[in-house]
Amino acid sequence: MAVVSPEVRPKPRRRGAVKPLSRGAAYLLLALGAILTIAPFYFMFVFATHDRSEIFQLPPPVWFGDDTAKNYQSLLERVPFWRSLWNSFYLAFISTATTLFFCSLAGYAFAMYNFKGREFLFGIVLATLLIPTALNIVPYALIMQALGWIDTPRALWVPGMAGAFGIFLMRQYIGSAIPKELMEAGRIDGATEFGIYRRIILPLCGPALGTLGLITFINSWNSFVGPLIIFRSPETYTAPLLLRSLQAVANTDWGALMVGVALTVLPLLVIFVFASRQLIEGLTSGSLKG
Amino acid sequence: MQARATIPRERPSIGTRWNNFQRRYAPYIFISPFFILFLAFGLFPILFLAYLSFQEWQPSAGLGTMKFVGLRNYTDNLTDPAFWDALRHTFSLAVMSGVPQHLIAIPLAFAIHMGLRKLQGPLTAVYFVPYITSVVAISVTFFTLFSWQYGAINGLIQALHSLPLIGGLFPAERINWLGEKAFIQPAIALVVVWRFTGWNVVLYLAGLQSIPKDLYEAAAVDGATRAQQFRFITLPLLRPMMFLAITLTLIGNLQLFEEPFILTNGGGGPGQIGTTAVMYMLRTYQSYADAGLAAAMGWLLFVVIAVLTFVNNQVFGRSGLAGRE
Repeated sequence: MAVVSPEVRPKPRRRGAVKPLSRGAAYLLLALGAILTIAPFYFMFVFATHDRSEIFQLPPPVWFGDDTAKNYQSLLERVPFWRSLWNSFYLAFISTATTLFFCSLAGYAFAMYNFKGREFLFGIVLATLLIPTALNIVPYALIMQALGWIDTPRALWVPGMAGAFGIFLMRQYIGSAIPKELMEAGRIDGATEFGIYRRIILPLCGPALGTLGLITFINSWNSFVGPLIIFRSPETYTAPLLLRSLQAVANTDWGALMVGVALTVLPLLVIFVFASRQLIEGLTSGSLKG
Repeated sequence: MQARATIPRERPSIGTRWNNFQRRYAPYIFISPFFILFLAFGLFPILFLAYLSFQEWQPSAGLGTMKFVGLRNYTDNLTDPAFWDALRHTFSLAVMSGVPQHLIAIPLAFAIHMGLRKLQGPLTAVYFVPYITSVVAISVTFFTLFSWQYGAINGLIQALHSLPLIGGLFPAERINWLGEKAFIQPAIALVVVWRFTGWNVVLYLAGLQSIPKDLYEAAAVDGATRAQQFRFITLPLLRPMMFLAITLTLIGNLQLFEEPFILTNGGGGPGQIGTTAVMYMLRTYQSYADAGLAAAMGWLLFVVIAVLTFVNNQVFGRSGLAGRE
């Protein structure tokens, strides 16, 4: 060892301390990338504080203005903005609650029970992730029309309440974090199978439920194609649809529209600030392990 | 409790049987919601779509008006120049918005991985935030940034043009991003790249972190340069992640809808250059009210996606991008 070490020592040190030039280049690259990533958000909020004529001038405003109140008034005069935000929230909340329940239940079954056909059935669950969503658009529209679910939120949350991604996520978590002995203990104490899920397993799923809940909430909040097909009357519009309807009119008040955009995105940014790590890990875990 | 007292012998056996019964069937009941929903809203619609693709049908006229037309919907689509245009535009848009995502994401991930341990969390979060943002909200924002006369993007290009030395790289004229055939796709691609690069950074970062450190150390002992380490360790071991990331991009990009829809104000832009296949399918269904034609288009699109995914699998999945010895 003593003979080898003089030769080895310099190499690891070189690994840690990258050459100053390449390190500087890396910093520059990362900083530039970060600025370009953040810039549209910055402009989103800056534009929300300017009126239309100021947004479209050269150079465009780069600092906050004082037309926020005016834009906000104009937004409320044109469209029922808070109504649409409530619709979005209502839809996202129900989607999240039902998804958490059904996905954790199914994930629990796949993780903890040995039953005939388990591998095959789980294979089907995963295979459904591969069906392109585009294929489903037209039949989805037709079915909802036939069911009379047009203009109702259930057209959106019912089909999605036991999604494959959520089941996968919950199965991974329950399988790796919760020992099977707990089930046996529950049985000895006389709990029913559902009782074991509800009283023992569910309370231990906190982190995974949190992640899945955030992902479901955000996806629902942002969804556009589904609501575009389902919601026809303005009072049922979710926030993205309302923004789209504001953009589509001939004489768009861009200041008002940007206030709407900012208010729609703000909740997401707040969630992200507090839970970015959990979200990133949850969203990518499916791809990493699958 | 009372029941147990009155029928002392039978009660336990019923109880045990009930326990066995529920233990045996509980998992099936627990997973049944997924399968019921999948049958109702996943499998049935797709089978219905297959059936529908051989029918002529205006949904508003009721189910009784379906008429079997054989393969006519397929031949109609395949001889419709607008369908081919939409496919072509989807391809070029998919390439234009797909390739840069990865070419930017890999160096960024590598730079983060190389030495910025402390900044890693916040930086990753910054790069990732576009991915979780409402596409509509962000597309509306980009719509203003792309504005011809007064947009910030043209403003930036103008400012860069006036710089010494490198100024010549940038055009003197303002670009009519959303109003001219030549620029509508680059504009859409820019938004897509902006939105998904961070997602790929996260994927590649995870891939990089799964490469054991001692491999690099062993290579360094053997005298390999950093470039050689990157070429012979990083790239080959990153290959599975590249394959996954490229597959996800491919499938997603062939179904692009929201960004082009908002940026072209729903219309597809000048010369329909911004109309993607999914946009055209939805338009066929909604505006032209032809469900059979739209259904056949759905299947054609499915075949295209399946074939390209298969090709991707053959080209990158096995033989690899760069890693073959």
